[in-house]
Amino acid sequence: MTEIPKEEMLLKCPSTCAGCGSLLALRYILKAAGKDTILVIPACCNSVIQGVYPYMLHTIPVYNIAFAAAAACASGMSEALRAKGQKTNVIVYAGDGGTADIGIQALSGALERGEDFLYICYDNEAYGNTGMQRSGATPLGAITTTTPNGKKVVKKDLDRMIEAHNLPYQATACASYPQDIFNKVKKALSIPGPKFIHILAPCPPGWRTPSEKTVEIGKMAVKSGIWVLWEKEYDKLTVNGPSKAAMKKPAPVIDYLKAQGRFRKVDDETAKQIQANVDRNLKKIAAELEMSEELS
Amino acid sequence: MFEIRIHSRGGQGGVTAARMMAAAAVKDGKFATACPFYGAERRGAPIVSFVRIDDAPVRIYSQIKKPDMIIVLDPTVMETVDVLDGLKEGGSIFINTHEDLKFPPQFKVYKADLTGIALKENLLVAGSPIVNTPVIGALAKIGLFTRSSGKESIAETFADVRNINAAEEAFKEVEA
Amino acid sequence: MSKLIMSTGNKAVAAAVKKADPLVVAAYPITPQTEIIETIADYVEAGEMNTKYIPVESEHSAMTACIGASITGSRVFTATSSHGLLYMHEMLHWAAGARLPIVMGQVNRTIAPGWNIWAEHSDALSQRDTGWLQVYVSTVQEAYDTTLMAFRIAEDNHVLLPVMINMDGFLLSHIMQPYEMTEPGDFIPPLDLPHKIDVNDPHGYGAMSPATIHYQFRFDMEKSMRASRKVIEETEAEFAKRFGRKYAPVEEYLCDDADVVIVAMGTLGKEAEVAADNLRKEGIKAGVMRIRWLRPFPLDMKIDGKELVVIDRDYSFGFGGVIAGEIQARYPQTKIAKIIAGIGGQEVTYEDIAEFVKTRKIGTEFWFGISKEEQ
Repeated sequence: MTEIPKEEMLLKCPSTCAGCGSLLALRYILKAAGKDTILVIPACCNSVIQGVYPYMLHTIPVYNIAFAAAAACASGMSEALRAKGQKTNVIVYAGDGGTADIGIQALSGALERGEDFLYICYDNEAYGNTGMQRSGATPLGAITTTTPNGKKVVKKDLDRMIEAHNLPYQATACASYPQDIFNKVKKALSIPGPKFIHILAPCPPGWRTPSEKTVEIGKMAVKSGIWVLWEKEYDKLTVNGPSKAAMKKPAPVIDYLKAQGRFRKVDDETAKQIQANVDRNLKKIAAELEMSEELS
Repeated sequence: MFEIRIHSRGGQGGVTAARMMAAAAVKDGKFATACPFYGAERRGAPIVSFVRIDDAPVRIYSQIKKPDMIIVLDPTVMETVDVLDGLKEGGSIFINTHEDLKFPPQFKVYKADLTGIALKENLLVAGSPIVNTPVIGALAKIGLFTRSSGKESIAETFADVRNINAAEEAFKEVEA
Repeated sequence: MSKLIMSTGNKAVAAAVKKADPLVVAAYPITPQTEIIETIADYVEAGEMNTKYIPVESEHSAMTACIGASITGSRVFTATSSHGLLYMHEMLHWAAGARLPIVMGQVNRTIAPGWNIWAEHSDALSQRDTGWLQVYVSTVQEAYDTTLMAFRIAEDNHVLLPVMINMDGFLLSHIMQPYEMTEPGDFIPPLDLPHKIDVNDPHGYGAMSPATIHYQFRFDMEKSMRASRKVIEETEAEFAKRFGRKYAPVEEYLCDDADVVIVAMGTLGKEAEVAADNLRKEGIKAGVMRIRWLRPFPLDMKIDGKELVVIDRDYSFGFGGVIAGEIQARYPQTKIAKIIAGIGGQEVTYEDIAEFVKTRKIGTEFWFGISKEEQ
């Protein structure tokens, strides 16, 4: 375990909502990345929380770009920097809508081309910046401003879409586990080529949870197995720390659902379906672990 | 200005022939343009290309409606295309054939068996005889450009010397 | 005269890009532009260009990758056409607003439906207000020369706005004409992007800009657009001095004593010269003004006392031809006969153009090919 540096890469007083999971995660991402880093941010909560010109939040350069465009922008930037012989880290920090929905085409293109940058999706499971409309990453049963009775279809499996590109490094993480984020970003940045990290980022106003409960809610997600911490180098899959235990004996997902106002309209049948989906996914991951052993 | 319309089939190299013709004229100190007419172009479909040769820069981009000369690289296109459409009174025709085809008497007709020449020189691409380099030799004989410029133009486009040989062969065969 | 090369307009643009030596080219294929990027890809593969060629998955990403590369202080190029240009629309605004000197080859093509690959100017004109400089060329030589000039103009620190070089689809992109592949030498100075991204001097780019400031950024763009007029003239003068070929923002042909002037862009503007020659033989004092630089718009067209026949190969529905409308707006007293011709690749010959002049009705709009009753 590498020690997390004390130096902060974010200035004080960001204009986030209280208890923002994405900013918590970003704090440790930047500590891992260090000063020789450029951040590319498409339209998302993080385009707003930087503050208003001429003020800025980050102590590294930040390039803001259009909603669908983050991976393409990082591609051009990385290609140009590498052509000049510069090793500067290029990191995309994008929301789930900008990744799984509007930005998926540019992302898939960049991953297929093998561009050298790290794409991090912080997933608060809705379009947070515009006031919590449903995205492709919104889970079944969650109330958003465009699914007032709860979402009727399941969350898009972004990670398996990304896996189809067979990346040198891919991982999931959760804002509640800073050391895990720090380690994964460090590792990702040590590997050339395209890297992807998907971070679950609890969102108190969107998930309708108390601001001080962000870390706790994220941990509940991991312990229930609805969110699994893993990393993958090509075919080699590893399940990390707390998720190892969760895979053996997951906490009932109903506790996670009950802790959040956004799931208040989930009926018993939907709750069962959500639990079944979690169980099925954990089985899949267990099978993938076996296959990973076989392949490596 | 001397305006030429070339009839061929997609994949036969009519566009390249047009470029080599224009290039040869430019080497002679003239001005020239070559342009394909892009339609629903598919391999084997009849296509036309245009060449304009002049003593001053060519400023016209629209299609040639009243050509001074018609070149038919593939006589079978005549089954579906009126190749003589708009040909000027007293205009000329060059046709790739070994047959004695009849044309109205107001036109001057030149011919050479380019396909035969290509087969003799074993000048084939994917099994099809190449007629777009021998035609350059035939046209040099007719006087569109000099023999040396024609040769240079072919050499710039194709490294294989058989192309030049075929052009020389066609030069000899055409009666001008 | 040095050696002349027979080349298509597309290949001449690619050859000029090779001379300009960009660090990054990001592009997506579309007819009739594809030959530009294929030629560049060939140069790169053959090791003749030290360029990173990024084969992106869409035009939106092509322009975005150019933006990402450009902000590192690098010279970049892309090419597109028609629907590709429209798909870039959002990022065209971004490139200009971010003050990035991106150069783009743009082959003018009709917009569907129905699918139509032939020349029309509606694609580029629908991007008129994005903050890009727009130039329209009419020969293969001009395409080559203007591409070289475009890099110098875009990257001039008084400008720092992107440049779109427009060329008529097939009519110019695919025609083969002889041209001289001039060595530019140091004609294009190295790029020095004052706001390039730098980890040793961190800045935020494009975060929230409040209503109290945003208009200043936009006025700065307009100031640079205005300043670009001088830069264009200086660049064209320097080009003529070095290489002997003269260009102007508006190319005039037989205009001094002309009573009637044909105004057009691209190949129509060149073919119109033949119409003017023929009209003069009939005793009609005709001239031609071929607009090269549409943005920045020419402010000193010498059209006092002349009648204009403006040919628009475009249309703004519910308004009229874009070029005629712009000229009328900038020169309100001008007598204009407005012609809509060449839409969707409609064939327009020098004879047709002469006929437009002879039958002109000032103040009216005439759609070529549409019956009198329907006009």
